[in-house]
Amino acid sequence: MKTVIFRTIAPVLVAIMVVFSVFVLLRGHNEPGGGFIGGLIAASAVALYGIAVGVEEVRKALRVDPLAIAGFGVLLSSLSGLVSIAYQVPFLTGLWTIFHFENTEIAVSSPMFFDIGVYFAVLGTLAAVALALEEDEDQK
Amino acid sequence: MSGTAFLDMTIYAGLGLLSLAFLITILRIIIGPTLPDRILGLDMLVSVGIGFIAIVAVKTGFFLYLDVAIALGLVGFLATVAFARYLLVSATKHTGEPDANPEAKP
Repeated sequence: MKTVIFRTIAPVLVAIMVVFSVFVLLRGHNEPGGGFIGGLIAASAVALYGIAVGVEEVRKALRVDPLAIAGFGVLLSSLSGLVSIAYQVPFLTGLWTIFHFENTEIAVSSPMFFDIGVYFAVLGTLAAVALALEEDEDQK
Repeated sequence: MSGTAFLDMTIYAGLGLLSLAFLITILRIIIGPTLPDRILGLDMLVSVGIGFIAIVAVKTGFFLYLDVAIALGLVGFLATVAFARYLLVSATKHTGEPDANPEAKP
């Protein structure tokens, strides 16, 4: 859209939305949130940016094809399930380790990587759909 | 009057005012003469919903609701923008000019 106001404010809004989506994603295990809703918010950020500056700019900013992002997410989710092979437990069993870093506990777990995979899968799929729809409108 | 009683009173007053705003906005959406009026009414509906969520967060003391309000604000803005784009596209298709007045074709 050729409006100066929207084009100026859109990058700020998109940055806020992406940061919020990552916040929702990482909070997801113990409180409301998670990979799916985080991916939805990130995908709406991509759609918003596409409306503001055009599809070509967004494809340039993403650097990789959205469907490649979705594929990477599915791969990451499967790999987080396959970690359980090394511990002789069923597929997708939740495994936890806790790192200590300057008086803070950082919990790293396979459910977290599964959630990050879901995030990328949802983001990639919905971004591909949104960009395809916007591209269609541009051609008319 | 104690602080808690005053807070209760303001919460109920706020809920009443927001309900009134909801009804008036719906009236605007129903009678709104042109499509842009209705779209702005829907945007207003999202804002009133955010206000409701904030008041419920204060009333229940469950501040997780504020995150819901943030998400609703971000996504509701996207909906309004998408509607505006639809208006622009349909106006362009109708008149062949990108900057045509959208109100001309409701």
